[in-house]
Amino acid sequence: MQQKVAVYRKESFNAAHRLNNPSWDNETNKAIFGKCNNPNYHGHNYDLIVKVIGMPDPQTGYVMDMKVLSDLIKQYVIEKFDHRNLNEDCVEFKNMNPTAENIAIVIYNILKDKINPELEMQVRLYETERNFVEYPYQN
Amino acid sequence: MVYITRIEHFNSAHKLYNPSWTQEENEAVFGKCANENWHGHNFELHVTIAGNPNPDTGFVYDVKKLSIIIRDYVIEKIDHKNLNLDVDFMSGKICSIESLVIGIWNQLQPQLPVEIKLHALKLYETPRIYVEYYGE
Repeated sequence: MQQKVAVYRKESFNAAHRLNNPSWDNETNKAIFGKCNNPNYHGHNYDLIVKVIGMPDPQTGYVMDMKVLSDLIKQYVIEKFDHRNLNEDCVEFKNMNPTAENIAIVIYNILKDKINPELEMQVRLYETERNFVEYPYQN
Repeated sequence: MVYITRIEHFNSAHKLYNPSWTQEENEAVFGKCANENWHGHNFELHVTIAGNPNPDTGFVYDVKKLSIIIRDYVIEKIDHKNLNLDVDFMSGKICSIESLVIGIWNQLQPQLPVEIKLHALKLYETPRIYVEYYGE
């Protein structure tokens, strides 16, 4: 019997951001977000792992052509976020805090429309080696 | 002589920008690193000191003390900061890792006891790009 297989592609981007809720005053923002609230931004080397799950195609043996997956991530995610200020340069975060959680959701939603709907997908985003998030959550 | 290294991390924004050039000239030379709204990195700093182990402690130098010096004179000043705008010791300098590693050296070197030699700094901007500086 054929089994589902997960394939993964890793990419990275370097970006500036800050965490700030414009409906709060400066003191509240500083109390909640600490040094991540710095008005002049800070930055990270983000590592992105995109996981695609499905049955290997009997003709190719592929769940998904990794070159195609890589090109989609580069064209629609890396081009958009690499060497950018997430708050200032990226329309997705005009009204949303660019936390790792929200960045992962945005990336998932960008890519979901671009890949075969029969395949499941999950993104894991590392903000640092020690802080990372996954979306959507799976037990 | 024994060499001992302490590794620290910091996350900062910067851009590569020469203020005496136009934005177009900056973009021609520095490419996407000149993005006027900044970008950022997870930097990793390796600080290597050298000395002879103290016969009473076996230590070249108490690495906890070294860690506190690095924290107070470097990390506190640059972590979660904008290197171009927020950092006194980078004021007026181009914020390349080459300039930054020299700036960090000048912050650390005066804080160490005379018998301890600051041997080398290694500064990673990404896992694939780093600089080394030996104070020469």
